[in-house]
Amino acid sequence: MGEEVKLFRSWSSPFALRIVWALEIKGIEYEAVFEDLSNKSPLLLQYNPVHKKVPILVHNGRPIAESFVILEYIDETWKQVPLLPKDPYERAMARFWAKFCEDKVLTSIWSAFIKQGKEQEEALVAAAENLKFLEKEMKGKKFFGGERIGYVDLVLGWLANLVSIFEEIIGLKIVDEEKFPLLYSWMQDFAEAPIIRDNWPPRDKMIVKFQALLDAAIASSSSSSSSSK
Amino acid sequence: MADEIILLDLWASMLGMRVRVALAEKGLKYEYREQDLRNKSPLLLEMNPVHKKIPVLIHNGKPICESLIIVQYIDEVWYNKSPLLPSDPYQRAQARFWADYTDKLYELGRQLWLTKGEEQETAKKGFMECLKLLEGELGDKPYFGGEIFGFLDVALVTFSCWFFAYESFGNFSVEAECPKLVAWSKRCMEKESVSSSLEDPLKIHGFVIMMRKELGVE
Repeated sequence: MGEEVKLFRSWSSPFALRIVWALEIKGIEYEAVFEDLSNKSPLLLQYNPVHKKVPILVHNGRPIAESFVILEYIDETWKQVPLLPKDPYERAMARFWAKFCEDKVLTSIWSAFIKQGKEQEEALVAAAENLKFLEKEMKGKKFFGGERIGYVDLVLGWLANLVSIFEEIIGLKIVDEEKFPLLYSWMQDFAEAPIIRDNWPPRDKMIVKFQALLDAAIASSSSSSSSSK
Repeated sequence: MADEIILLDLWASMLGMRVRVALAEKGLKYEYREQDLRNKSPLLLEMNPVHKKIPVLIHNGKPICESLIIVQYIDEVWYNKSPLLPSDPYQRAQARFWADYTDKLYELGRQLWLTKGEEQETAKKGFMECLKLLEGELGDKPYFGGEIFGFLDVALVTFSCWFFAYESFGNFSVEAECPKLVAWSKRCMEKESVSSSLEDPLKIHGFVIMMRKELGVE
């Protein structure tokens, strides 16, 4: 029976990258459909009318959206190289940390990058507090998944690439090697792991993209006459 | 060997109610411990050091946090009775996608009773858009899960006892805009697991009045 697997992604989306990694780690053949997010295709809008975003996995014509939902779907459909643990308690822990990474770590690090002044200071403090929890979670483990890359590693994986790009652009340290030695070495191990290392988007293009986003954010905040909330 | 199940919760929390519904669906006995969030207990801080929030399920001494994660845990451990997630991976993905989506109602609903003027209007618009989309997803099915009450039903039904409060402070009618959703919520309330877990809408309304006073919203 022919399996048709398509992944709607963009060249830079860290969320779509999670799905690229998951598919390739499991050895699943798929077709990548690259979207220009400033000019979304009718197909994208048809497959994800609620959020209109990537990634979208289309399996035998049926779409699934939201990266966490897609990861669990992939893990349940293709059982080789499991991403989530078998034990229900360990699964709950993996889901908990994945949500924490998304809701808290990602949000605070993004704010630390995109904001200025006092807001940036506060975001850096929040980011450090969040990273402390991850540092603690890493004790005795090579990856969050244990010996092998797992669900949480894929969810947090953007950190291993984007943080150094952010740090280069803003000239500030976000993940200090001395303060977060375990997390720092996880970032190196993850970034260099087979499959992961083959799929990073081009660094120079990323720097241009994120510098432009920062410039736009600075321009819009300084042009508004009232002070930021 | 009996399971020891403790639920750290706040009576009015629609997120905590999701866990109560799930536990009731599975016919599980547990100890309910009401939490005072203005004066957090050592147990809460120990069991949820990251967020310091409810609900927290403690199963044989081990904590699980975040309401939808707890519901999935309950479903996976006690898989033999009243399964909440369907067995087909695609149906499971749909249920998870929409259950995630219902979480938006929490913050939008909060803004509805916390704010006034333009901010409130924006929250109201967003809130109704969410409900309408969910009503579309329900279609003509008796439950979101189809013939059987399931994961997405659990995720959303607990908000229904908050509708009266939202309507009062937001000045709108859920039934006028989403009659099918209200019919669905009444159908769910016919189930013992739901009616025994949800709170009286009038009491919720009183809770919101108290919160508004405390937070200085007029």
